[in-house]
Amino acid sequence: MSPRAPLEYSSVTSIDGPLLVVEGVRDVGWDEVVAIRLDSGETRHGVVLEASGHVAVVQVFEGTTGLGLDGVRVSFGGGPMRVPVGAAWLGRVCDGRGEPLDGGPSVLGTELRPIGGRPINPAERVTPGDPILTGVSVVDGLATLVRGQKLPIFSAGGLPHLELAAQIAAQATVRDEPFAVVFAAMGVTNADASTMRERLELREEGDLVLVLNTADDPLVERITAPRVALTVAEHLAFDLGRHVLVVMADMTSYCEAVREVSASRGEIPSRRGYPGYLYSDLASIYERAGRIRGGAGSLTQVPVLTMPGGDITHPVPDLTGYITEGQVVLSHELHVRGVYPPFDPLRSLSRLQRLGAGRGKTRDDHLEVSAQLYALVAEARRVADLAEVVGADALSAAELAFLRFVEAFEANFVHQGIEEERSLEATLDRAWRVASTLPRRELTMVSTEALEAHYVEDAGGSEGPSG
Amino acid sequence: MKAGRVHRVSGPVLEVEGLTPEMLELVEVGEARLPGEVIALHNGRATVQVYAYTGGVRPGDVVTATGHPLRATLGPGLLGGIFDGMLRRLSGAAVLLGDGERPGTLDEVRRWAFTPVVSAGDEVTEGAVLGEVGETAAIVFRALVPPGVGGTLEWIAPEGEVTVVEPIARVGGTEVRLATAWPVRRARPVAERVRADVPLRTGQRALDLFFPVTRGGSAAVPGGFGTGKTVLLQQIAKWCDADVIVYVGCGERGNEMADVLEEIAGLEDPRTGRLLLDRTVLVANTSNMPVLAREASIYTGVTVAELYRDMGYDAVLIADSTSRWAEALREVSSRTGELPAEEGYPAGLASALAAFYERSGRVRTLAGADASVTIVGAVSPPGGDMTEPVGAHTRRFVRCVWSLDADLAYARHYPAVSWSDSSSRDVERVAEWHATSHDPQWAARREHALRLLSDADRLESIAQLVGAGSLPDRERVTMLAGRLLREGVLQQSSLSANDAYCPPGKQQALLELVLDVYERCRALVEGGAPAARVEELDLSAVTRARETAAPDDPEAVAEIAARVLASLGELE
Repeated sequence: MSPRAPLEYSSVTSIDGPLLVVEGVRDVGWDEVVAIRLDSGETRHGVVLEASGHVAVVQVFEGTTGLGLDGVRVSFGGGPMRVPVGAAWLGRVCDGRGEPLDGGPSVLGTELRPIGGRPINPAERVTPGDPILTGVSVVDGLATLVRGQKLPIFSAGGLPHLELAAQIAAQATVRDEPFAVVFAAMGVTNADASTMRERLELREEGDLVLVLNTADDPLVERITAPRVALTVAEHLAFDLGRHVLVVMADMTSYCEAVREVSASRGEIPSRRGYPGYLYSDLASIYERAGRIRGGAGSLTQVPVLTMPGGDITHPVPDLTGYITEGQVVLSHELHVRGVYPPFDPLRSLSRLQRLGAGRGKTRDDHLEVSAQLYALVAEARRVADLAEVVGADALSAAELAFLRFVEAFEANFVHQGIEEERSLEATLDRAWRVASTLPRRELTMVSTEALEAHYVEDAGGSEGPSG
Repeated sequence: MKAGRVHRVSGPVLEVEGLTPEMLELVEVGEARLPGEVIALHNGRATVQVYAYTGGVRPGDVVTATGHPLRATLGPGLLGGIFDGMLRRLSGAAVLLGDGERPGTLDEVRRWAFTPVVSAGDEVTEGAVLGEVGETAAIVFRALVPPGVGGTLEWIAPEGEVTVVEPIARVGGTEVRLATAWPVRRARPVAERVRADVPLRTGQRALDLFFPVTRGGSAAVPGGFGTGKTVLLQQIAKWCDADVIVYVGCGERGNEMADVLEEIAGLEDPRTGRLLLDRTVLVANTSNMPVLAREASIYTGVTVAELYRDMGYDAVLIADSTSRWAEALREVSSRTGELPAEEGYPAGLASALAAFYERSGRVRTLAGADASVTIVGAVSPPGGDMTEPVGAHTRRFVRCVWSLDADLAYARHYPAVSWSDSSSRDVERVAEWHATSHDPQWAARREHALRLLSDADRLESIAQLVGAGSLPDRERVTMLAGRLLREGVLQQSSLSANDAYCPPGKQQALLELVLDVYERCRALVEGGAPAARVEELDLSAVTRARETAAPDDPEAVAEIAARVLASLGELE
C-alpha cells in the first residue's frame, strides 16, 4: 500500500454525469482507486480517469445521483485496486470487490495484489497438457478441458449454460493433485445465484472460492469480479501450486458493463456500440490462463457467455473465440428435444484436446474415438439434410443407419443427468457403444487395433458372421 | 539529456511540459523508465503515448528525451530468440512482465568469432560486408557498413572474438559495431527492386500448386476463428524454403507462442538438417501485452527481416494477425481523439497497410546481392465479415490471397484454403519460372485441376437437389475428380510425418496421379462403363498416397499411380 497518509479532499468543483472533478490534489496518479464519502455515511467508489496538474477527474462507479459539490469527501488510494491473496480464500464467498458475503471477516491474505494482473511472459509459458476431468461426457470425451486452457461455453438465453457451468465446477477433478475452483458470477439473477450456490456445495469444503455479482449489484463490480477471481486464482495456481479452474459466468454481462462504462466516458464506439478496445480488454482476462515454467500449478478458464439472439458473429462470442482455445457450443434445437447438455458437436471443439487426451494422458483410444464421433455426426447431419429434401424413404440402408446412430449418440452419449458424474472410462465406453451402432466399415478414423479392442458387437451395427 | 515533467495523464496518453523533443522521438517516463513516443507538439507541450501500463504515473513525474525515434537494436543473437514488440528479449525477463528493468535486445557479454572479409585501406560503400560471424549453425551473420556511411576503411578488427558492443571497424571516421540500431518505422535502403519471379516453396500443396507466392511477394490469409489460420502460418514458418523466418505473434494467444517455440525448437529443416530454430526469430506481443508495443511489433518484425535481407538472404515475415495490429492502431487513435473513418479505424489505415506490405520485395541489396523479404499476414475478420476494412484494404495491396473457408474447416478439410476465393497475381511469373526450369506442364495442370474443382462444386450443388443418380455419367466422373483432388491433393495433415511438408517433386507427382486417374475413369465411362461402377472403385490408394509416400519419394507416388492405372485398365 501507499506510504502516504490518506488525505481527504472536499474540493469537488464540478459533477458531470458519472464524472467528478476534484481540485487541489497532490500526487494523484492515473488509475488510482478512489473512495467518496458522503455526509450520510454512505461510501462510493471510483477510479482516476485523468490527472492533470492538481486536478483529478474521477469516475464514480455507483453513479453520482445524490452527490452535491458540498458534503462530499474524496480520498485517493495511492494505486490501482488491490485484493489480498492467499489460501485463506478457500471456502469463502465474496462480492465483486472482494468483500465477504458469507458473514465472515475480511479475508486476511499474505499480500495485496493489483487486480489487473500482469501479462505472463510468453517465453516463460509451458504448453498446456493433462486433462481436467469434469464428469460430463461431451466435455471429457469430445472437447477435453486441458490444464492451462481457456475453453468457453457459448450459449443463448433460455439454455441451461449456468447448470452446465455449475455441474463442471462441482464435479471437476485432477485426480491426486491439489485442486481448487474459483467461480465468478457476473450479473446473474439472485435466483440463479442461489441455485448455483446450492449446486456448488457438492464440492468438498475448502477448495472453492465464490465471487458473486448479481444483476442488482453495482455495475462496475461486474468489471472487477472476474479480475478479483483471477487474482486470487493466480496466487493459488502459480504461488501455491494448485490446479485452479476459474468459471466465469456470464461474460456477456461483463462486456455489457464495459460498454456502459465506455459510453459514460464518451468514448468512440466500434462494433455494436462496444468500445474498440474490447478485444484487448477480454484478452487481459482470458490470457491469465496458463502454466508457467517451474510452477507446479495451472490456471484453466471456462468462461460462459450468452450469444445475443444466438448470433455467433456478435462481438462478444466473436472476440472471445479469437482468444480462447476452442469452444463448447450449446444448441437450442437439442435443448428443445430435451437433451442435456444440449451440446452442438458440429460447432464445438477443444483446440488443445490432443495435448491433454490420448496415450499417457487419458486412454490410448481417446483421440481416435473422439475424432470418429465428430466425423460420424457430420456425416449423419449430411444424411439428415438429404432426408429433408428427398424423404427418408429414398435413403439407402447404410444412410438410414446414420439416422439411428445420431439418435443413440444423443440419447446415450450426450444426454446425462444434471448431477450425474461419469468416469472417463464410462464416457469412452459409451462413445464406443454409440459408434458401434454402425457397422465396422463406417469407422474409418480409428485404427484396426482400437476397433478390435473396443467395438461392441451387440450394439446394433455388427453385421454378424452371416453378414 | 533533456528532461521535462508530466502535466496530464489519461490512460497511455500523457502531456509533458518543459521538453522540446522531435516528433516520434522516444522518451522515458518516471522512475520505471516506461518507453513512450511523442505523437504531437503544441504550445510547448508534447503529447506522448506510452508503451506500457501507466497506472501510478502522476503529474510531476520526470520525462527524459532519448534523442532518437523508436528503434530496434539489430545484431547477432536475434536468431533462435524470442522478443517482445519492441524487440526486448523475453527469455531472461520476469515470469510476469511489467516489473523492474527489462533485458535489452542482445546479449552484450557473449563473444562472437569474427572474421573480417575486407582489409584496412579498402574503399567501402554503405551496405558492404565487413566481416562475418557464425550466428547459428544455419546462418552466417554479415556485419555491414551502416546505411549512410562509406569511405576508406581506416581500421578493422582482426580475426578473433568480439562482443556486439565492441568496435569492429572504422569507416570514414565512423565506428562500426556488430550491434546497430534502426528506426523501425522506416524501410532499410536497397540498391533497387527487382522483379520477383522465383516461387517461395511453402511445402503446402494448396498454396504452391494453385496460389503460389514469389520470393519478395506478399500474401494475406483471411479467416474467421477456428479456420486453422494459425496452424497454416505455423506450417509455412516451419517448412518454407526461405533462409530466415521472422514470426510475429501480434496480439495473439500466449499458449500459441509457447507452442510455436516448443515445436520449432525440436524440428529439423528437411533441406539442411539444421534446427529450424536456428533460422527463426520470434516476436511475441500477445493480446494482453501493451497495445502500443503490439502496434510497433509489425514494424519491428519487418525491420529484422530487412536486416537479414541486406545480408543477402531470402527472409519471410509472418504476421499473425494484422487485424490485431490494425485494432491497436484504432485504440491508439481513438485515445488521441483522432476522427474515426470506417468502423472506428483511423483514416490512415489503408495507407498504413499499403506501406507495410510495400516493405516486401525482391531486391538488389546495397552490397549487390539478390535477396528478398516476403510478407505473409493473417487477417482475422470480425464475425467472419470479409468486407470489413482491414481485410478489404489488405486484398488491394497484396499479391496473393489465401482465403480460409469456415465450411471447409467445419468439414475438417485442412488446410481450409478455398479454391474459389483465393487468388495469386504471381501465377504467370511462377508458371514461366517452372516452364524454364523443369516443368513446362505446371500451368496446364493447375488450370485443369482448378476447372475440375469448380465444375465439381457446381455439379455437387445440383446433385444435392436432384440426387447424383440423375446426372449424366460424364459429370459424375467430374464429381469424383473433385473429391480425389480435395482428399488426395488439397488436404494436407499438419500432424503427419509424411504429409506435413510436401516438396515440389511429390506435389507434382500427387497432382499427376489424380489427373491421370481422372482421365482413365473418364475414358472408361466414355467407352460405355456405367458411372456407378466407376464410383464404386476403391480409390483409397489415390487419396492415401500423400500419407503413404515419404516427402522425398515421388517415385512411391508414381508406383501407386502405375498400380491404380493398371487395375483400372483391367476394367476395360
